[in-house]
Amino acid sequence: MPIRLDFLQTIPYFSGLNTAELESVGRNIFEKAVARGGLVLVEGENSQIMYLVVNGVIRCFKTSVEGKEQILNIARPGESFNDVTVFDGRPNPASAQAMGAALLYGLRKADMEFIMRQYPPVSLNVSRVLATRIRQLMSLVEDLSFRHVIGRLAKILLEYATDSQAIKPRLTQRDMAAMAGTAREVIGRSLKALAEAGAIRLDHHRIVVINQEIMKEMMEATG
Amino acid sequence: MFEIPRIELGKCDGCGLCVSVCPSSALTLVNGMITFAKSGKCDWCTECEAVCSSGAISCPFEIVAESRAGLI
Repeated sequence: MPIRLDFLQTIPYFSGLNTAELESVGRNIFEKAVARGGLVLVEGENSQIMYLVVNGVIRCFKTSVEGKEQILNIARPGESFNDVTVFDGRPNPASAQAMGAALLYGLRKADMEFIMRQYPPVSLNVSRVLATRIRQLMSLVEDLSFRHVIGRLAKILLEYATDSQAIKPRLTQRDMAAMAGTAREVIGRSLKALAEAGAIRLDHHRIVVINQEIMKEMMEATG
Repeated sequence: MFEIPRIELGKCDGCGLCVSVCPSSALTLVNGMITFAKSGKCDWCTECEAVCSSGAISCPFEIVAESRAGLI
């Protein structure tokens, strides 16, 4: 399939490029289809490839020596992952797995460097994108360091419930545990606590946030 | 259609732990593979997911706000 220029146009890295320039960028990109559960990247291995999510959802995570996962990011269509490896040439900082069938665009380090040399505005875009990413990761560090599990879970659920994006993958308790930096067992207890506080309702396969104010109070009270 | 947990038969090792913990008797083993006996009775307690060491069964939650839940 030809690389979609209308998609590339929406990627912050390529903001401001004209059609001819986007076509040039497209010639340096390759397509990769991944099945549900497919491992795109393994933490610590060398790939030096950045991926853009065209469709599907990718879970980026680190694994502790005890085997506990910490989700760093869930990349949705239009978002990228493993970006840093094309800039510093070092191993993959995290593993990446498809949460459903996904289509990705890949960009190798040498090709990204060619694009940045060829089109200097891309370098400025790169600094903006990476600055945004640093802020997101600083927020994650704060969450993991200072908030108790119930507060962290309340934040995750509230963000998911109020996220207007069309594609919202369902989360198992294991996913929530990985996102909150805790064990699955703790999530079960925390969900019950949130339900008892009147913040959420467990409606079979659905977690319904019924009182956003209480959720915010739980986030702050446990901070 | 009533929601039921997701099963990946390729991962199921037929240990039967999920059958043993299911309070609704919604699960059963057929030829050593997990299947739903009475899918409509699953109450999404997620106990089957919790005990499955091979990751063959999962109970993912949809997370919605009250106002939007009413539209589904």
